Amino acid sequence: MKTFRKGGIHPPEDKLTAGKPIVGIPLPAELRVMLSQCIGAPSKAVVKVGDHVSAGQMIAEAGGFVSAPVHSPVNGTVKKIEPTRTPQGIWQDSIVIIPDEENATAFTDTPRSEDEVMALTPEEIIAIVGDAGIVGLGGATFPTRVKLSVPKGKTATTVLLNGAECEPYLTCDDALMRVEADKILKGAHLIMKATGARELIVGIEENKPEAIAAMREACKSNAPARVEVLKKKYPQGGEKQLIYAITGKTVPAGALPIETGCIVDNVATAYAVYDAVYNRRNLTERIVTVTGPSLSNPGNFMVKNGTPLSALIEAAGGLPEDTGKIIAGGPMMGRAVSSLESTATKGLSGLVVLPERESHREKEGPCIRCARCVSVCPMGLEPYLFMLQAENQVWDGMAEHGVMNCIECGSCSYTCPSCRPLLDFIKLGKQELRKKK
Amino acid sequence: MNKLTVSLSPHIHAGSSVARCMWNVVIAMIPALAVAIWTFGLPALWVTLISVATCLLTEWAITRFMLGRPCTLANGSALITGLLLAFNLPSILPWWMVVIGGVVAIGIAKMSFGGLGCNIWNPAIVGRVFLLISFPAAMTTWPTGVESAYDGATGASAHASTGATLLTHLNSAHGTPALSDYNFLDMAIGHMNGSLGEVGGIAILIGLVYLLLTKTITWHIPVSMLASAALFSWAFGGNPLLDLFAGGLLLGAVFMATDYVTSPMTPKGQLIYGFMIGFITIIIRRYGAYPEGVSFAILLMNSFTPLINRYCRPAIFGEKERRAMA
Repeated sequence: MKTFRKGGIHPPEDKLTAGKPIVGIPLPAELRVMLSQCIGAPSKAVVKVGDHVSAGQMIAEAGGFVSAPVHSPVNGTVKKIEPTRTPQGIWQDSIVIIPDEENATAFTDTPRSEDEVMALTPEEIIAIVGDAGIVGLGGATFPTRVKLSVPKGKTATTVLLNGAECEPYLTCDDALMRVEADKILKGAHLIMKATGARELIVGIEENKPEAIAAMREACKSNAPARVEVLKKKYPQGGEKQLIYAITGKTVPAGALPIETGCIVDNVATAYAVYDAVYNRRNLTERIVTVTGPSLSNPGNFMVKNGTPLSALIEAAGGLPEDTGKIIAGGPMMGRAVSSLESTATKGLSGLVVLPERESHREKEGPCIRCARCVSVCPMGLEPYLFMLQAENQVWDGMAEHGVMNCIECGSCSYTCPSCRPLLDFIKLGKQELRKKK
Repeated sequence: MNKLTVSLSPHIHAGSSVARCMWNVVIAMIPALAVAIWTFGLPALWVTLISVATCLLTEWAITRFMLGRPCTLANGSALITGLLLAFNLPSILPWWMVVIGGVVAIGIAKMSFGGLGCNIWNPAIVGRVFLLISFPAAMTTWPTGVESAYDGATGASAHASTGATLLTHLNSAHGTPALSDYNFLDMAIGHMNGSLGEVGGIAILIGLVYLLLTKTITWHIPVSMLASAALFSWAFGGNPLLDLFAGGLLLGAVFMATDYVTSPMTPKGQLIYGFMIGFITIIIRRYGAYPEGVSFAILLMNSFTPLINRYCRPAIFGEKERRAMA
């Protein structure tokens, strides 16, 4: 069984919601759709207060080349355009929509026929993906349109679908692969057509047998396509790690994956591409895993963009008494939520509710040079050294030792027996170096 | 609702701790300690207790009265230094010398550099070498009456008040002993003379297996060090098995050269470090003024650790490919 070679850790899986179906949640009284939902420029609102919007209608246009439009998840009325707190506590602009009392979620678009889809040129597919506001749904939220536009002089040979889902707790990709394998592969074939790639490989970690079986079955009717079962290891879902695990190719430091001829997309992104091209559906909802050891009804929920996080927690059985921390995303790379008034965005893969006893860091001690951070780093870096350099503000030294290669997977901090906040200091160093540029 | 805790990722931790690493080392030392008491009797236990007590007390006093820092004894590192120092001493060493060794090990070699994680040299070995240079006679005076794996040794020392260790006979000054004189079984189980913790070869290897299984250490340092010592022992016309089991090679390879703080960070660096310790040890044993060279070899390579770290950095993923592209 394949996996990446350098570093990596084996955190407990804690996949409490594995095998749980995808269920809808009640439509909230108002949706707060954030204007900044992708890596890149925030979108610009194109509706006014009082406008009636229909489900799927563009309400904000892309704010630049690396940006994506945002669409209304429901039929409803724009009530306000005002700042809403992001999960990290920063106020950012959002469009507040009150859903209609009747038929709030009805779509009117007619799906494209198979012939119509087949007739699409690569440029048309990329345009549809861009107009649908699709961004990388694994959490990085990089606009998919940009990723599918292969730079001049480069060729795409292989589309790798990322179904590794190596973060503990999260099961949204697993849930999607179990029930929508065929559509995921159809979406992936559209990505192949858009990029000119001839090969399609789905990478799934061994701990998702049902998803593996479903995807293998779907591969039969979607040739060429195959599943590569990967040995469980974090951070396998990292782009560079996944490419190495499946193809044995190494992305040059500082370069894009296309150097290896690979286009990596999350399975949920491929599904969104399918939905946009076949069903003319713009991206307004996604699967979110709401989970945690104390939740009474953890599950995989189909969530409309702009849904308050509190509604997600309600759907999972309400906020447990012992809650100490809520994480947007997985526990390794996710961000701690400061307020439940914040709302779901395109990049939200999960909400992990941790009890108070698991919410705090242990007291940090001195570095004993046990070298564990060095041996678990999947990028071959020296986290212990970065922390010492950052503490002494030796930013250039950090750059010299390649700190910008860090993918912020957190394996170093996770492993450190002295509980040193290695990644905190690495992030600080990267920030300082970016400022200097 | 409670206040939500907000912190940077990652939000989970492996649960490992410095104390757990250290206690694993302590557990791994128990078999060797048991053999020491079996071979040398209660004096071995007294030396161990005095050494441990001195180390703990020294660290406590320095953190409390000189540095004004919170107590650090719970992490177990001072305990390990105490045990290791005792392992490096003869069982009949006068108690006040043991105390001096402990004070030097913790006070000078560890705390004066800033405490755990900051020292350049292995504290226990510094303590031992300090004693060896200060009290050379006492440090090489071994108890009589201990069954010796070397038949010739018992005869030779019958008239002296003290015994001798096998290594004394291996040093070139004494000529090459006949191999038939050695009883390897006795050597392996610890029926021979020497420092407390170095005699029980098999017991030390049990400790090594435990350390490897609990992933407290990796194989690189002990394996490279022992392999290189065996290689050069053979190359210089010695008997590799004798060199491995007589003296402190095993003890050094398993418990002392593997000290986190004073050994290199990358596998490649650790292999170089281990290889050089093995080489230097054999050179000292064959041609040096001292019959034993493990301690000096480790201290020497401790000094080179920062340099090794500098030149044996891990390979950044994709760096080679980046260079090829440019």
